[in-house]
Amino acid sequence: MDQALQHLVNGTVLGGTYALLGIGLTLIFGVMRVVNFTHGELYTFGAYMAYGLVALLHVDFFLSLVLATMLGLALGALIELVLLRPMRKADIDSVMLVMIGAALVLQNAGLWAWGGVAKLVPTPFAGTPLVFGPVSVLPLRLFVLGVAATLLLVFWLLLERTRAGIAMRATFQDAETASLMGVRVGWVHTATFAIGSGLAAAAGALLGPVFMVSPAMGDLVGLKAFAIVILGGLGNLPGAVIGGFALGYVEEFGGGFVSSEYRDAFGFLLIILVLAIRPQGLVALKERVG
Amino acid sequence: MSAVFGWLFVAAMAAVPVVFPDPYVLSVLTSAGIFIIGAISLNLLLGYTGQLSLGHAAFFGLGAYASALVSLGFDIGIGFGLRLRLDPQPVFVGFLAGIAVAGAFGWLLGRLAFRVRGAYFVVITICFAQVLRMVALNWVELTQGPMALIGIPPASLWLPGQGVVPLYTKPQSFWLVLGVGTLAFLLVRQVVQSRIGRALVALRENETLARSVGIRVTHYLVIATVLSAGIAGAAGSLFAHYVRIIDPDVFLFIYTVTMVIMVITGGKGTLWGPVVGGLIFGLMPDLLRGSAPPEAQWIAYGVLMILLVMFLPRGIVPAVAGLLPARRRPAPAIAAMVEPAP
Repeated sequence: MDQALQHLVNGTVLGGTYALLGIGLTLIFGVMRVVNFTHGELYTFGAYMAYGLVALLHVDFFLSLVLATMLGLALGALIELVLLRPMRKADIDSVMLVMIGAALVLQNAGLWAWGGVAKLVPTPFAGTPLVFGPVSVLPLRLFVLGVAATLLLVFWLLLERTRAGIAMRATFQDAETASLMGVRVGWVHTATFAIGSGLAAAAGALLGPVFMVSPAMGDLVGLKAFAIVILGGLGNLPGAVIGGFALGYVEEFGGGFVSSEYRDAFGFLLIILVLAIRPQGLVALKERVG
Repeated sequence: MSAVFGWLFVAAMAAVPVVFPDPYVLSVLTSAGIFIIGAISLNLLLGYTGQLSLGHAAFFGLGAYASALVSLGFDIGIGFGLRLRLDPQPVFVGFLAGIAVAGAFGWLLGRLAFRVRGAYFVVITICFAQVLRMVALNWVELTQGPMALIGIPPASLWLPGQGVVPLYTKPQSFWLVLGVGTLAFLLVRQVVQSRIGRALVALRENETLARSVGIRVTHYLVIATVLSAGIAGAAGSLFAHYVRIIDPDVFLFIYTVTMVIMVITGGKGTLWGPVVGGLIFGLMPDLLRGSAPPEAQWIAYGVLMILLVMFLPRGIVPAVAGLLPARRRPAPAIAAMVEPAP
């Protein structure tokens, strides 16, 4: 029982960052119909920016998290303007291929720039876990969960309460009608991709210090982001949050009670199962087609 | 491209080991040939059914592992105190097993994944390869996990009068790959020119319309996947017996991406596309070797892929064919299919 409680706590921490990753990816798909293969690379980018700022430039840890997120936003905007804007009329498969090409470039540029050795990001947090009865958790992880939850809340407020958010939701529902109503769809796309990328970079900057930072760290994470989004239904924002936590718990409990070696495989098996039994995703309402 | 040109190409290739018996050149050509076979099989899905399957390395890896394990033999526990044991078999049995196992998984994936389309399909195919990689990494009793399967015997061929001959030398391996590649090409050509191929193209162009004229969409998609997986399994088997060591990295996404780039560059949905693209990308790494680090090479791949999709979306072969003097071409299959009955 105590062990289960511990797994619950770990799963929640993991799920928070997964939700951040998933919500960015699903937003980009929902608004732009783009399957974003660079998402995992943006995550890696965020982690390396945090590393570079903290370890090499000795910037304050908390400030560098903010800066890493901002740099992720900027890189996302750049990718949208250079690659996606000219491809707006292209079919979804061609765009996917372009994004795979971009992911190849980003990953190998990272490998070239930083080398293949994994890096450790120093943090101001104590290495001794906080103990609450049967459960113990590292202060850093608690901080990560807190920031992830805050970012999710800020993102939700942005979407619900601001004009930009309304424009984004309108484009999400019907791009053509939105543009007739005076929404500048092009800029909504740029903003969406930038925000989604910024969230991925934030997730990377947050998890980088928890684990190690390495050039290939985005590979598995990018695929997991897809898993999260498929679980919730592509383009479904609450679904991505639920999917993020679902994946966090499945990995944590599966890894703890079934097999730790297959920990990373549970997510993928879960997707295959979900698609076999309920192809529209766990929380999606309408039937999926193309 | 005409059949005469095709046979000339095969003959020229077959003469390479005689005219130019450099072991380095041959080994580069042999590995390029193995990936060209993979690209030919991927083209059947990507080019003719229009389904962007990004788990193709799964079939390649399954073929490699199945073939290697059958020819090495294994002895594993399968639960309930039972053991499954297989003595080492001749390599050609392994080769057939590689094709069969990959084809069987192709059927499974097809049944499962074609319930959905578009982005969902793509993600399932990627996950499929990932799960297999995890299994290969962790089922150490069977696959040796990250320690890799070593000592895989070289390919062998049964020749009349000489019995089973192991193919140790570079020219022999090259000819084997060329032979299998030619067979794969002919098989794919046969399929796409048959009723199955016409059905595939019809549903690529307009699935709803194809369904309305009575084409059993899932049925044909599964057939294409099984064939494609089987050929990819054959390529994987050749790979295993050629490099003679395999590890779970054969399931990596990057191998799928390599094959995708080959097909896209050459021209998806054309018979010669994967061959042309495969020659370019199969030989380029070795031409660049020494002059650029591998990261730079991958960056170049990525940039090239972006530029091709943006500016030459149909690939090299259709672009070159467009420059050649126009000949009478048969009407596209879709036009033939939707013609009103007299």
